[in-house]
Amino acid sequence: MSRWTLGGGLLLATLASVLLGVRFGSVALSTAEVFGALGGGGDPVVRDIVVRLRLPRVLLGVFVGGGLAIAGATFQALLRNPLAEPYILGISGGASVGAVLVLAFGWMSAGSWALPLAAFAGAIFAIFLVFRVATATGRAMDVRVLLLAGVVVAAFFSACIAFILSVSPARTVQSAVLWIMGSLSGATWRSVTLTAAYTMPAVLLLMSLARPLNLLSIGEETAHHLGADVERVKRIALLVAALITASGVAVAGVIGFVGLVVPHAVRLLVGSDHRALLPLSFLAGSAFLTLADLGARLALAPVEIPIGVLTAFIGVPFFLVLLRRSLATP
Amino acid sequence: MRISADGIVVRYSGSARPALNDVSIEVPSGSLYAVLGPNGSGKSSLMRGLLGLHPVQRGHVSIDGRPTTEWSRRELARAVGAVTQSEQISFPLTTRELVAMGRYPYLGSLEREGAQDREAIRAALAACDLTELAEREVTTLSGGEFQRARLARALAQEPRALVLDEPTASLDVGHEMTILELLRESADSGITVLLITHGLDMAARFADHMLLLSQGVVAAAGTPSDVVREDTLRAVYGWPLAVHEDPATGAPRVTPLGSR
Repeated sequence: MSRWTLGGGLLLATLASVLLGVRFGSVALSTAEVFGALGGGGDPVVRDIVVRLRLPRVLLGVFVGGGLAIAGATFQALLRNPLAEPYILGISGGASVGAVLVLAFGWMSAGSWALPLAAFAGAIFAIFLVFRVATATGRAMDVRVLLLAGVVVAAFFSACIAFILSVSPARTVQSAVLWIMGSLSGATWRSVTLTAAYTMPAVLLLMSLARPLNLLSIGEETAHHLGADVERVKRIALLVAALITASGVAVAGVIGFVGLVVPHAVRLLVGSDHRALLPLSFLAGSAFLTLADLGARLALAPVEIPIGVLTAFIGVPFFLVLLRRSLATP
Repeated sequence: MRISADGIVVRYSGSARPALNDVSIEVPSGSLYAVLGPNGSGKSSLMRGLLGLHPVQRGHVSIDGRPTTEWSRRELARAVGAVTQSEQISFPLTTRELVAMGRYPYLGSLEREGAQDREAIRAALAACDLTELAEREVTTLSGGEFQRARLARALAQEPRALVLDEPTASLDVGHEMTILELLRESADSGITVLLITHGLDMAARFADHMLLLSQGVVAAAGTPSDVVREDTLRAVYGWPLAVHEDPATGAPRVTPLGSR
């Protein structure tokens, strides 16, 4: 499939999923009502639902989903491994420890940047830990070792969160638990602008690194010989992908497997050129998470399934198939 | 393009013996120069040292008389095409896409391939007999085709020198000869070729100069007949062998003998 065809299709899909996300919910609205509310007219109750509740939630899905997908694609290129993903590598776990700490100690009052910043610090710490463990066994970065390191580090972070919550007041625990399972329900215009402000520059920066990422995805030594500044690209791309992950975790909790499923599907359709893969993964991730959120809201309505649960239900079988395939061809 | 190293020492952290100790090499412009030696003798380290992938602790490395450290990564990639020992492709990629990566040092981060880039890619694919396979996924190529694709990528860099680490390892004799003849033609057309190999006979037959490494030091250097000598090879490889002149090619030829 041509990358432009897919790009156009995904753009339409994202817009359609935004419209669907705004229309459907506990109260179903008509398309005319939605556009009326967006134009500033119509029933004030409908306007409230559209503008204050659903639109921020849907837009948050767009930025978080797109961000997680592009971060996944970046980690996969850097580690030369289609199984790499922020959640599996324990990076989301690290970010959530940072965020839970802020919640538990009530540091939110320090400012709106406190939570994303703590999440970012946690994500960087997780990357550092995973790489230390994965490279301790030798110079080669083995798929299995890396995955194991991710699992172990993630388990450590789960324990940290359990510990922090066990000594926190009940009110904190309740809000933290829902949020650890991943949810877009806390969306406000404030969290949308915050996420967009972190995600969009980071996405553009990653896209500007598309060509060196192409080289890195086939090998560091080869990339070096082809003229890429390997260490610089690696450092920037890792930090930026961690930042995107952290900003997603800070506003929507831990949502796994988006960064695994989406880039893989896009690669099947247009190949591995990161000049196409990165922007298309962003668009596909946006549409995917927005639709997943709609599914999470509607499936057992009025009960809402945490979106992280839904993406895991989709992502885990997908991961197992990929793992089997990658171990079959060493 | 001249490649030279003068008394270089390369050491990896955590290993007692330096990988290279006081090694000098002078690769003349437009020659085919083969580097040989047992496993672990420092051949790949020499490649890394010469191309600035690993810093040299002592000594000097220069390309065309200019220290390697003064070359930018892009400049160096436009001048020298290098092919490492192995490479594992984990993502779907066509042969043409792999070869097109050779144009990286010529393009800005947002620039698209121009007519000159496309011509370089086409010529590189043709030189390695890959035109028919251009749209194939590289993971479906045979070992020989994949090696040719990696060589084509280096040729797409339009380099003045090629440095190759065992490009014919695990290839059958037909594919091995294809690559060696291509390298010989490249050298004859003025491209400097530095070839790291285990193939004593092929090196003796195709190379203008040879360097034999043993435990990180130079055991012998010179023309093939200077280097391919019974006493030298016995000492370096620790195995009894005999050297004859090959009646078909006139080059020295090595026959390993039984251990008793």
